This record gives sequence, structure tokens and C-alpha cells, in this order.
Amino acid sequence: MKFAIKAVAASVLLVSAGGVFAQKGETVKIAWLDPLSGLMAAVGTNQLKSFQFLAEEFNKKNPAGVKFEIIGIDNKLSPQETTSALRSAMDQGARYVVQGNGSGPALAIMDALEKHNARNPGKEVLFLNYAAVDPDLTNSKCSYWHFRLDADTSMKMEALTTYMKDLPEVKKVYLINQNYSHGQQVSKYAKEMMARKRPDVQFVGDDLHPLAQVRDFSPYIAKIKQSGADTVITGNWGSDLALLIKAANDAGLNNVNFYTYYGSVTGSPTAMGSAAAGRVYMVAYAHMNLPGPLNQIVLDYKKKFNDDMYTGSIYHAYTMLSEGFVKAKSTDPVKVAAVLEGMKFKSFNGEVEMRKTDHQLQQGLFISKWEKVNDKYPIDSENTGYTFVPVKYYEPYVASTPTSCQMKRP
Amino acid sequence: MNLEFFVISLLNGVSYGLLLFMLSSGLTLIFSMMGVLNFAHTSFYMLGAYFAFTISSVVGFWPALVLAPLVVFVMGAAFERYCLRRVHKFGHVPELLVTFGLSYLILELVQLVWGRSTVPYGLPEQLQGPLFTLYGTQFPKSRSFVMLVALLMLLSVWLLLTRTRIGLVIQAALKYPEMVEALGHNVPRVFMLVFGGGAALAGLAGVIGGNTYVTEPAMAASVGSIIFVVVVVGGMGSLAGAFLASLLIGIVQTFAVALDYSLIHAFRLVGVAVTEQTFGYPLLKLTISQVAPILPYLFLVLILIFRPKGLLGTRED
Repeated sequence: MKFAIKAVAASVLLVSAGGVFAQKGETVKIAWLDPLSGLMAAVGTNQLKSFQFLAEEFNKKNPAGVKFEIIGIDNKLSPQETTSALRSAMDQGARYVVQGNGSGPALAIMDALEKHNARNPGKEVLFLNYAAVDPDLTNSKCSYWHFRLDADTSMKMEALTTYMKDLPEVKKVYLINQNYSHGQQVSKYAKEMMARKRPDVQFVGDDLHPLAQVRDFSPYIAKIKQSGADTVITGNWGSDLALLIKAANDAGLNNVNFYTYYGSVTGSPTAMGSAAAGRVYMVAYAHMNLPGPLNQIVLDYKKKFNDDMYTGSIYHAYTMLSEGFVKAKSTDPVKVAAVLEGMKFKSFNGEVEMRKTDHQLQQGLFISKWEKVNDKYPIDSENTGYTFVPVKYYEPYVASTPTSCQMKRP
Repeated sequence: MNLEFFVISLLNGVSYGLLLFMLSSGLTLIFSMMGVLNFAHTSFYMLGAYFAFTISSVVGFWPALVLAPLVVFVMGAAFERYCLRRVHKFGHVPELLVTFGLSYLILELVQLVWGRSTVPYGLPEQLQGPLFTLYGTQFPKSRSFVMLVALLMLLSVWLLLTRTRIGLVIQAALKYPEMVEALGHNVPRVFMLVFGGGAALAGLAGVIGGNTYVTEPAMAASVGSIIFVVVVVGGMGSLAGAFLASLLIGIVQTFAVALDYSLIHAFRLVGVAVTEQTFGYPLLKLTISQVAPILPYLFLVLILIFRPKGLLGTRED
């Protein structure tokens, strides 16, 4: 009898141990669909390299013991191309897909997956969105198969306006944004949230310019100067931010502070250089000099590629997936999706939570300022000798915004 | 609109227009001489910027200002000699296609050699900072330098074409190639030099434009369409027309940015109220400043409808 109990206990232990490591040694294929050509190619290339680089890191040590493999496909920043890229990725056996540049392609993936997953039980695919920040994706258009790891436009604006409301020098704000969903959202939330927190602040300009078409921003700078603005808020990224800041530097617009979303993305640090020191702020869930697990990765990445690893949400993606695999005891997207909902895990910016109601990651946000590197913040951006130095950290609850998502669960 | 804004915007517009002129003059020259619409023209602009970036990191900016256009000249001439000349006999479409192919080839090569991201191509110390301050706004030396080089270039091209023997031969080869050949001039070589020269002008624009704006692989595509607008609006093959059109487009685009008026304002003037429920509201609420970057294309369409030969064009067909 004693022996029987022992045998049963031992076999139970064995089974459960086997259950924990059911996924050990498995290869998890992740399809990366983002631009590798066109105006945003530089950003896409950097992020694909980051995904591959971090896959190697996580293959060495992840709690689930799985092997990550990245299939990179160019989606040319177009929703149509994204849909066919997604099909090709699924044909190659990818059950996880990541994308981030542009909310249009993100929406295309969500639509395609809603249909695919409903029609192909047993072959479901999960979408991890690492940078598309249109709040609609986790509100009116939310989907069970979509998880967002970046903070959305409204969350970042919540943090930014919370910081700005205590600054007496902010009196006249000028908005300049790209004329598409993201830029329009930045402009909308800036006005709404500022009106709530600092009704005395005046908006002296609200420009929307075509995306990635303006080569010369000096006319806009002349307009900003004429408006008497002391602060500019912009959601611009890529060449649109680089050229804007450059034109401001050239015109000597040095009494105006810029509050940005994407100051550290390829091209912008070089354009800012020393001339913009102390005048450009950025709101993000990370910065280059973050201590902890991300630090060594940023350093190694720089050594290997002579480039910046600025997309920290990729780290979220691998951490969340491997912990999800352990919890679900499987790499099957259906089981994993169920445990990711509401899951809390430790990332580089403290404990974060994948909110169950809308699949929006709740995380702390940093406000940082473009400054010369120093002993405490030694890692510079694009070898400029300058970096974003954190000036304020906001706990997840500060930047959290409500959701209107009515999620349909399968 | 106050005086300060007016003067600064005018200066910005003129300097942007002059850069456009540098870019389109080479295209105009090649088109008027050889009848070839060179789709790879802005690729030579990009090459100029990248060569200048590499050369200036070795020997400094000033030698690069001369050397980079020279390298582009050699490449352009070689392309004409060994590639374009071979397809010439098959007519205009193969010529067009071969330059189209070249633009893709150059883009891929640039990405392979210099990578897909921005390169840190900056101006030397002497050209950085403001030249003068006007009502509190600085006017950068870099922009003044663009203006200076463009004007010098205009002057020298004009002198070369009208006051020298080479210019005479070039002009004659344009109208009476057989006669010029019969007189003992090597017309194919003249064409080769003209093509190389046009490419070099684009290269020179790249040396200056590359650091006034940003040097990256998409820089060619981003100016590609606008210089065709300049050439068509100015009149195919007319250098003076290209000059006029570039200035016009530069200034119009710059000033349009300041005009926050939309069709709603126009309707209000005639007493028609427009609300969000009105049909076509998203279109009606667009302001002139929002459509500023696409105004040149509107201009292009209007010119093609009402004056197909362009502002100063001479071709009647």
C-alpha cells in the first residue's frame, strides 16, 4: 500500500512535471510584418533586427524552454500587402504574428484573424501589436486575438499632460501632426486633456501636414514663431520629426520646447544633435539608459549593429509569450490567449498587466529630456553624444485610460 | 501676416525654389538636348549626397563639393555611353524604361552600401549657424549657401551655353545634328557630355541638399515627382522656364502653409453655413495649409489643361 501511494505520487509528479515542460524544445515561429522598403524602411529594418537579436537572447534563457524563430516579411506599410503577407506567414507555419508600424496594417491583421480564427479551429493565430498606437484598436475596434504592448496615444498624452500641467511656462501650445489617424488622435487628445487639466493653456495652432511628404519644415517653423507659441506637441515620427526639429534648429527657434512621442526613432536623434539639447521631451514606456534586463541588451545591440535598440516593447513580447507558455503549459495560441488575459508579469519598467477588458498593456511611462550623456546616463542615441534623460516616471495607474471595448470572446 | 513672417517666408521660399531649380535644371538640359526624360535624375541627386558624405568624411567638405559632382558626372556619362546610346535606336519608350530601371538599381545599391537609415551628413563649421538674424528669426548659412551655389550655377550654365564654343556646338547639335556632324563635330560625344553634365548638376544639388535636408535612401523618391512638375510647368526644355517654375512653386508652397482658410470660410463669405452634417464636410474643412504640399500637382494639372507647353516652353506639339 505504501508503495502504491508512493508510485501514484511519483507518477502524478512526473505527469505534472511533463505538463510544465510540454512545450520544452518546441520552435515557436513568429511572423514579423512591417516595412522593409519605402520611407519607413529604416525603422522597420531596425525593428526586425531587434526582434531577431532578442530571439537569440531569449532562446538562451526563457522559462518555457522554447526556441523563437522570426519570419520577416515586408508589408510595404500597406494594409493590402499586410493581408497577403499574413497569409504567406501562416502558410509557413507561423501561429504568432507581430506588427507595429501604422494602425492601418494593424487593423488589417485584426480583421483577417477574426475571420481566419473563426473558420479554422485548431489553427488559430495570435497578434501581438508592438507599436501601433491608435486607441480605437483597443476600444471600438478591439479584438480577442489582438494584444497591444505599446502604450496608446491617449495613455501617452495622459502622462504628457500630467507632466505639463505643473509647468508654469507652458502657456501657448502649438500642435503639429501628420494628417492621418495617429496625428489626428494626438491633436484631439492634447486638446481634450489639456482643457481638463489646464484650462488656461491656449492652443495657438493646430497643423496637420501630409505624412512623409514635407521636405522643408521651415514654413511651419515660421508659422510657429509667428503664433508666439512656447510649446509644441507633436506625434510626428521618422523623417517628419527629424526635419521639423532640424528646421527649428536652423531658424534658431530656441525658446520653444518640443514634446514628442518618437524622439528616439531612427533619424531623429541625428537631426536634433547638440542644437536641440534641453528643448526636446519624449514620452515613452522606456529610454535608452534603463537599468535592469534591457541595459545589457541595448549595449550588446549597439556593439553588434552600431545602431540603437529603441523598441523596448519587443522585450515585453518575448517575456509575455514565454511566461504565457509556462502558464498555459502549451504554445497553442488558443490556450495562450486565455492565460495572457489579465496576466501580470515583470518587465523592464516594473510590473505590467495585460488588461483583460481590452488587451491593452498597463505600464509605467517615462518623460525624458534630450541632454548630453553623463555618468549616470552614458548610452547615447545614434552616436550623437546626446540621449534622452528621464525627468519623471509615472506609475501605470497615472497613464491608464478607460476603454469602451466590448470584447467578443470565442 | 506681419512683415517678419512675410520676409522670412519669402527667403525660405526662394531658397527652396533655388534648390528645386538646381535639381530640375539638369533634367531640363538633358531633355532639351536629347529628348530623353531621365527618370533616374533624382537618383543622381541622391548619389551626389552620399558621395559627398563619404568624401567629406575623408578629405573634408570643400573638396567633396567639387569631387562628388565629378564622380556623378563620370557615372552619368558612362551610363549614356554604354547603356542609353544602345537603346536609343529603339525609340523613346526603351530609353525611358532604362532610366527607370537605373533608378531602382541605384536605390538598391545605395541601401547595400550605406544602409537603409539616415547617414549623419553635416555641414562644415563655417556653414553652420545663422548668417543673419531678422526680427528675431535666424536665417541659416546653409540656406544662404544653397542660394549662392544655385545662382552661381545658373550663371555659369548660361554663360557656357551662350558665350562659349562648346555651348554653340551643343545648341547646334540640338537643332541640326546632321549638319553639326557633317562639320566634323562628334555629336554622340556631345550628348554624352550633356548627359554627364546634367547628372553632375543633380549631384551638386545633392551635395548641398543632402545636408540641408536629410540624406537617406528615400530622398530621391521624395523629390522625384516635384521636379517633373517644375519641368512641365516651366515648359519642357526651357531653362528659364524651369527657373521661374521652381521659384514659383517654392514660394507658393511656403506661403500656402500659413493660410488656414478652407472652403468653409469661402462658403461663409457668401452666406452659406456649413456644418458637420453638410455633404462633403471632410473635403470642405481641408485648409490651404493642409494641402500645401500637393498644390504643385494641382498646378501641374491646370498647366497641362490650359497651357500645355508650359510657362516659357517653345514646343508647340
